[in-house]
Amino acid sequence: MSTETTTVDAGTLADRKSEEPTFTEKFWKIFRGHPGALAGLVGIFIFLLLAIFAPLLAPQNPYDQMRLDILDGLLPPGSRLGDGTLSLLGTDALGRDILSAVLFGLRISMVVALVAVIIGSAIGIFMGLLAAMKGGWVETVVMRLVDLKMSFPGILLALMVLAVFGTGIDKVIIALIIGAWAAEARLVRGVAMSELKKEYIDSARLAGLSDTKIMWRYLFPNSISPVLVVLPMSISGAIGAEATLSFLGVGVPITEPSLGLLIANGNDYILSGKWWISIFPGLVLVTLVLCINVVADRLRDHSNPYLRGKD
Amino acid sequence: MLNFILKRLGQSAVLVLIMSALVFIGMYVVSDPVAVLAGEDFTDEDRAALARELGVDRPLVVQYLSFLGNISKGDFGTSFVYNRPVLELILERLPATLEVAFMAMFIGLVVGIPLGVYSGLNQKKPATKLTSFLTTVGYSVPNFWQGVLLIMLFAVWLQVLPASGRGDTTRLFSADWSLFNLDGLSHMILPALNLAIYTICLQTRLARSGTQEVMYQDYMTFARAKGISRDRLIRRHLVRNILIPIVTITGLQLGALIAFATVTETVFSWPGIGKLLLDSIHSSDRPVVVAYLILITLMFVTINFIVDVLYALLDPRIRYT
Repeated sequence: MSTETTTVDAGTLADRKSEEPTFTEKFWKIFRGHPGALAGLVGIFIFLLLAIFAPLLAPQNPYDQMRLDILDGLLPPGSRLGDGTLSLLGTDALGRDILSAVLFGLRISMVVALVAVIIGSAIGIFMGLLAAMKGGWVETVVMRLVDLKMSFPGILLALMVLAVFGTGIDKVIIALIIGAWAAEARLVRGVAMSELKKEYIDSARLAGLSDTKIMWRYLFPNSISPVLVVLPMSISGAIGAEATLSFLGVGVPITEPSLGLLIANGNDYILSGKWWISIFPGLVLVTLVLCINVVADRLRDHSNPYLRGKD
Repeated sequence: MLNFILKRLGQSAVLVLIMSALVFIGMYVVSDPVAVLAGEDFTDEDRAALARELGVDRPLVVQYLSFLGNISKGDFGTSFVYNRPVLELILERLPATLEVAFMAMFIGLVVGIPLGVYSGLNQKKPATKLTSFLTTVGYSVPNFWQGVLLIMLFAVWLQVLPASGRGDTTRLFSADWSLFNLDGLSHMILPALNLAIYTICLQTRLARSGTQEVMYQDYMTFARAKGISRDRLIRRHLVRNILIPIVTITGLQLGALIAFATVTETVFSWPGIGKLLLDSIHSSDRPVVVAYLILITLMFVTINFIVDVLYALLDPRIRYT
């Protein structure tokens, strides 16, 4: 993983081209002989396409209240709506097509999780590098904050944030960021501390480079590979956390339902046997998280030198 | 050692102060209580009178100190919705959460440890592969979705267990418990199982890796060489040694279970403190939310403190860092 992030300029790259494994070679080294992980990767790719092209694929615009017909409400999978379109996965109480709602919900779930994890990891990486580089009181403050965050379960902190600031997509993202940054700050600080002892940092210091320059140009690219390895795990965690919060009714608003909120809406109808409203969004959520997790497990095992020999 | 405990106690106190200040700022400063409670026809004088009545016209520091003072006396105010003292409300709901959390912990240990030991001893068997797959699924599937599936399977299709509520309760030690009668127990099975799944997966993995490690220790080879039976080997030599990390994690897990009970209690309409918190968030019952957050912070700080002190007792190196 680390070779990907090392900065190599064009001249040396040409010389070393024959020895450096290409992207395809590296890819096969990680995934060959692991059909489960490969299937997971294909699954993630399909889910991404479904989310990106949701407006083109969905038979109905689930947000357009004017187009919904209450007479189409609670139809089982495979029924036809009043206007003749086939509702493959059935409809909810408002007459909204479940397939369309799931495609758009998938979009919201993925966007919320990705934005939260990217911002959260960026903050975590920055705090970790800063703590390792500066030491002293900066390090103490950062690591105390990490300890503070780590001493509470994520769900509880998220509920605290949402209880204080109210609900909404932006608030959910804030809650997820607060849940995501600390583990990564700790990870990056650990790697950066051991990198700082190496000779290339000493020579950069002797060359008179400023701390800021050393941090961004040398420490940063050499310290982030462990974060890249845990990134998929953070994303699937964030998708699950967002779904949980939305299910509890403190997450995304009803006008922009994510998969979690769709499950919550269907939950009221389970006891009356209308299983499809809740089950389909749930299946999509679980499959998505499972796909990401098998890929994440593979990446983690591959990056672990103790296990690599067994590949 | 006394020095370490005092230092650690000081840190815990600072942590509680920081968290209470955050909760205070969040609940009383970020959103203005006057704006929440004032009617539309309120004049400026009415608003000022209301602010005086609520005490929010005083300087922030004074407000915070009186907030802390009231809390230390056990006075968390009165619930807007139930019109009763908040502490009473929470203490009344606490047994429901505790019994389901302990039941889940019990199920997690009783199922997880044997599964893990079996997997560690028989690494090549199909049952081990299946267990490993199931723990991955158990980790991946969100807790609330497992609850929905349990309701669908046992309450809707098989119709063998109730889907929600607490059922009959028995009065014992001036609290109501579902644990001690059949109807209550049948209501408790699904929530406890839902809460236990994560614990089962965690304990299985812990016990499996512990077993794999201990199996190759010299004392195990020696015990085998002595010719003692396989049963005795597992019982006396293996399980006792893998229990050490399991006991530590179990302590920390209990707090997490109580926090996660918010999700399970909502899915199964189980009237514990977690459901109380969510209902109060939805109905903007601010005193209840504040009290829950403060009490749960105190609980976590206490658990962490005890675990740290126990670690220091077991491992002298920690005391000097």
